Order: sequence, then C-alpha cells, then structure tokens
Amino acid sequence: MSAPNEIREVIIYPPEIEAARAKVRRRRSLALGAALALFAITFYVLTIIKMGPAVFDRAI
Amino acid sequence: MAYIDNSNSIPVPAGEARVEDYLALLKPSVMSLVVFTAIVGLLVAPGAINPVIAVIAIVCIAIGAGASGALNMWYDSDIDAIMSRTANRPIPAGRITREEALVFGLVLSVFSVALLSLATNWVAGGLLAFTIVFYAVIYTMWLKRSTPQNIVIGGAAGAFPPMVGWAAVTGTIPIESVALFMIIFLWTPPHFWALALYKQSDYGAAGIPMMPNVKGEASTKLQILVYSVLLAASALVPTILGFSGLVYTVVAVLTGAMFLWLAWKLFRAEDGVPMRKAARTLFTYSLSYLFIVFFALLTDNLLTRFGSVIG
Repeated sequence: MSAPNEIREVIIYPPEIEAARAKVRRRRSLALGAALALFAITFYVLTIIKMGPAVFDRAI
Repeated sequence: MAYIDNSNSIPVPAGEARVEDYLALLKPSVMSLVVFTAIVGLLVAPGAINPVIAVIAIVCIAIGAGASGALNMWYDSDIDAIMSRTANRPIPAGRITREEALVFGLVLSVFSVALLSLATNWVAGGLLAFTIVFYAVIYTMWLKRSTPQNIVIGGAAGAFPPMVGWAAVTGTIPIESVALFMIIFLWTPPHFWALALYKQSDYGAAGIPMMPNVKGEASTKLQILVYSVLLAASALVPTILGFSGLVYTVVAVLTGAMFLWLAWKLFRAEDGVPMRKAARTLFTYSLSYLFIVFFALLTDNLLTRFGSVIG
C-alpha cells in the first residue's frame, strides 16, 4: 500500500512511441491468448485419446 | 529511460518485449536439433504411439528444450553481453528483463514436464525434467564457468532428447536409446571445441574456461581428434546392436570417415588462419553430420518397417 503523499514518477511518452508500445503489447496479448487456447484444446484432445469417447457416456 | 529499436524503426521503451524476443529466448536454432533427434528416437523406438500423442510429446520436448535455453539466457546474461555472438540476445540487448526470462523459463519447464508426463508416461516426463535441470543448473550454473570439461559433461543435456522420445513410446530406457545418447554426447566436444578454436577470444573475454583458452590449441586439436574417433565408432553401435541396417551403416561409415578426415586436417593445420579455417570447416560439417546420421537411422528404420509390412 503506498503512502497517501507519495510522489510517483509518471513517464509520458510521445504519441508515436505510445502507439508502438500499444502495438507490441497487443501482439503479446494475442500470442498469450493463442497459447492458452492451444493449451486448453490440447488437454481436451488428450482426454478423449487417453480415456476414449466413453468419457462422455456416463451418468452425471 | 532506455529505448530499444523495434522492427518498425520506432523506438520502444526497454522492457516492452516483442513476441519475437520471447521466441528468441527459446534458442530456436538449438531447438531444431533437439526436436529432430527426439523425433528420430520416438519413431525408431519399438512399439506404437498415438500420432496426436506423438506430436504432443515432441512439442513438450521442444518447449522443455526452449525453457532450459531461457533459463540459460537468464543466468548467462552477464557474459552474453560481452561475447559478440550473443550480445544481441534479448536480455543483454535490454529488450527483456532477467526476471521476465526467469519466470518464462520456469513456467515453460513446469508446463512441458507436466504435459509430457500426463500425455505419455512418467519416465519420459522425468527424463525431460532431468534434462532441463542438467542444462540449467549443472551445465549453466556450475560447469560452464568452472572447468574446461564444461561441454564434455554438459553435452549430456543435448544428448537426452532421443532418449526422451524413445521413453515416450516405450516407458523404458534400453541400451538402444543409450546408444543414440552416446552419439550426440561424443559429438558435442569436437563440435563446440571447433567453434571455440576460432572464437576463443570471445570466450576468453567472457572468462569462460573453454579448452583452447585453458589447455591451448595443440591439446584441444588432439582431444578433438580423439573424440572424433570415439564418435565415428559410436555411430556404428546401432548396427552392432541390430536396430539399424545397411543404409544406416554405409552412411555412418562414410560420414564418420569424413569427420575423422576433417579432424585430422585440423590436427595437422598450422596455427593462425589455416587452423581457424580448418576449425570452421569441421564445425560446419559437424552440424550436418548429426542431421545426416540421425536421418539415415530414421530412413533405414522406416524402410525396414515398410518392408516388413508389405513383405
């Protein structure tokens, strides 16, 4: 928790640098999202392969 | 505030890493050899594996290798900044912080080992975990900066992938997979010492005790020759153990003879430019050598399997 009177350094970048930062950040987020989606799909497929289609065929 | 140059020539503040920088942490060039030898180990191993699980296993081995590369770059960022070959890596260039690389490496290590263990078996997962620890801790943190035998012992880390691939199919570590391990293990010293012979000023400046800097060029050239003899002999072990046929044997003999010839030329080369030229030739050839030998083993094995199916 920061002190109420603490002075924080705020760096303001020129617009073109801020745009470049945003672009880099967006690409990074997309890559991370794609990796997470792939991870989820991998586990889904792996479950089907290891346990067989019968994994769905049971009483809930 | 430091700025870095991004691909669009617009400066971006340091720490704003691109996706490409994270991929560079995985050492893609090293990963290609790891993936290839792991695929060969997986396909040559007796028994069957579901193709999807095989792909997942190879991806896990690749990510595990990449993770150990990221951990290596995290620990070695100080010496990477000194050597010309490594000065533009993401950490010394200021595009990724050391902490980011460490977290990235650790997360990928845990992820790859866990997924491989669940997808295949615990032997393969355990071997991959051991490989990562061996490379990141035993080689990078301990051996690399303390002994000229660093890459002899540390080379084991690069030799494990075909064993992991084999274990992914069988769940065992038989003598055949150890034979594949030995080929890469004995290939590593002549490969890296040839590089060190023409890049020794780089290693010297970084304070890494590579063989040429510690024992001298003459001793290094002799040791390269000795390891080349052992390598050429070890490449024949798959034939002796009976899991390769005529195609592989012919290729192993010819490529081994070529390796020996280049090692001999390096051994006889005069100091200075001729020696560096011979070292560079051997280093370049050694890269092709491992690909050719493992490709021959794979081809031979597939031909045998295909022949037994149609025969």
